[in-house]
Amino acid sequence: MGQTKSEGEKKTRTIAVGTIARVEGEGALRVTVKDGGVQDVELKIFEPPRFFEAFLQGRHYDEVPDIVARICGICPVAYQMSAVHAIEQIFGLRVDGALRDLRRLIYCGEWIESHALHVYMLQAPDFLGYESGIAMAKDHGALVARGLRIKKAGNAIMTLLGGRSVHPVSVKVGGFSRVPFRRDLERLRDELLWARDAAVETVRWVAGFDYPDFSPDYNYVALAHPDEYPFNEGDVVASGGLQISADEFERHFTEHQVSYSNALHCTLHGSPYLVGPLARLNLNHERLTPLAKQVLADRRIPLPLRNPFHGIIARSVEILFALEESLHLIERYEPPPASASPIVVRPGVGMACTEAPRGILYHRYEVDADGVIRKAKIVPPTSQNQGRIEQDLRLFLPRVLDRSDKEASLACERVIRCYDPCISCATHFLNLEIEREGV
Amino acid sequence: MSTRDAENTRPKLAVFKFASCDGCQLSVLNLEDDLLALGQALDIAYFPEASSHMNPGPYDLALVEGSITTEEDAHRIRSVREQVKVLITIGACATAGGIQALRNWADLESFKQAVYPSPQYIQSLQTSTPISEHVPVDFELWGCPIDKGQLLRVITDLLAGVRPHLQAESVCLECKRRGNVCVMVAKGLACLGPVTRAGCGAICPGMGRDCYGCFGPSEGARKGPGVPPNTASLASCFHNELQLIPVDVMRRFRGINGYTSSFKEESARWDKKT
Repeated sequence: MGQTKSEGEKKTRTIAVGTIARVEGEGALRVTVKDGGVQDVELKIFEPPRFFEAFLQGRHYDEVPDIVARICGICPVAYQMSAVHAIEQIFGLRVDGALRDLRRLIYCGEWIESHALHVYMLQAPDFLGYESGIAMAKDHGALVARGLRIKKAGNAIMTLLGGRSVHPVSVKVGGFSRVPFRRDLERLRDELLWARDAAVETVRWVAGFDYPDFSPDYNYVALAHPDEYPFNEGDVVASGGLQISADEFERHFTEHQVSYSNALHCTLHGSPYLVGPLARLNLNHERLTPLAKQVLADRRIPLPLRNPFHGIIARSVEILFALEESLHLIERYEPPPASASPIVVRPGVGMACTEAPRGILYHRYEVDADGVIRKAKIVPPTSQNQGRIEQDLRLFLPRVLDRSDKEASLACERVIRCYDPCISCATHFLNLEIEREGV
Repeated sequence: MSTRDAENTRPKLAVFKFASCDGCQLSVLNLEDDLLALGQALDIAYFPEASSHMNPGPYDLALVEGSITTEEDAHRIRSVREQVKVLITIGACATAGGIQALRNWADLESFKQAVYPSPQYIQSLQTSTPISEHVPVDFELWGCPIDKGQLLRVITDLLAGVRPHLQAESVCLECKRRGNVCVMVAKGLACLGPVTRAGCGAICPGMGRDCYGCFGPSEGARKGPGVPPNTASLASCFHNELQLIPVDVMRRFRGINGYTSSFKEESARWDKKT
């Protein structure tokens, strides 16, 4: 780390930091500093392209949930949910009642699992000064054990409904391949009650961290639903003023390719924006549960949260919400008459947006009369946040430029980790380079 | 750093990632109850997804996730191999090329054009290949994702100095032991269980659906280890009994483990008939 080489003639200094750890995504950051000012910030994604949108063409619609799950091992349910909703739109099918509840429930499981991993194992070590959650456990064994047990509660929901937590197998167009009995769900209750209390403690704990004072001006984008905190349904709303249905997504949001990255950048009317827990909480906090609202008020956490480092607070609040929501859904569950609604295949185009743990995930499919996919488009949350990460680094860098290269790059890593970036929607290999000219 | 040096007597573990979804690495973190114990039994020397502390090699044990899809990665896996004593591939991507091996039947240029507006910026090999096509592999863990119980068993065996052994029989046996009703017989679903390696716990039939082969081809159902499963018989059953048209039979075998030789050959036979 902190390897320094100078290219004498040009008087440029390149600092290459091996690897930014504790993020999911393979990439690099290159910063150019000229005459003491930040000139350029490029977040490069090295994650090798896997071409999902291409090989989905020619596959049958009922294979899609199994295939798109493989885009991300950490949020497979998000990919399955956006896919089934988009395809159901084509078939004119609306999944309601207990099946809709079960979809919310498995999504709760994924938020709990993914958020607990990030809060305890990936980001908290930054605030407590450790290299990893495992190293943190040596001094804070009970804390780390609490985080892992919350995570396990989320995995237990996914395993019960989906057969396993990584790439669940039961989600299908129309519903599920099998639905649980009431008594199966009731068996989760005690552990979820424990986890709910642990989540309250988590919010209190992270609210006490020492945060840098940093509040960029964000355009927050998230789903918003009149009656509930959003998972699968709602309009796409931007704090800067926009409310559209998923069908209109591509009229406002556009993907661009940049030469230095394998991930496409997505912008809203040409500008970067923020998706994820912070955006979701700011646009939907009125629809949180009373307990979650209470904990926020007790800790005097002002909403909206404007500091990206507060993402860990937003994530913790969402863990608490997802646990309460799970308990509520289990309480009112009556098994549906059938595990899935009948399907009538018809050709067409369908779009859907759902709230992945890291933010809105947009899918569009074109299906022919045989139910075969002709075209697919997927816009993951991290490609949407990429432009915003670069801009935040541009704003944050001036305050750390007087530090050593090693410290400056560690500070950049911490900024990047705030977004819980998931670059394949996955990996971990951000080479950070700071190039200093005229120093 | 001094505490680290004192701990150097423990075997050093490294986790490497190539093209993949991170799900198999997540299975390591999903060990939850056993994760902290694992952290005590092994020196987790290199695991970027979990830790910013990265010790250089050599390593005693390496878990490798993901397939080889770029020139750079083809080079990187060779340098990884030089640094590790025991190399274990984890999951369908590393062991068999993974879902992204579907590109192996397509024209990569058209794939790039389908996803990227400026395909010339994208560096990628024509094929996605398993680790074993590039370097010798000591042990392969199948599954998409791997079963964390199998992972733990293999690590524990290695720590105890025992050569790990995992079952290679078909999902059908696991399914019978679980007491599942056969989804092919009862529901007429095109289940790949008869030709797929056990290890998942027959989850799919357990959830009322067909197995889709994520643990790869089983072995030895007829004549012992290393002998491929009878895919031809199952494929004709799909076609003749379950009325699947050839393209559907082809798709069944050309999936997550479609690049393994027995599934590849079977899908090719049905590709010709479409």
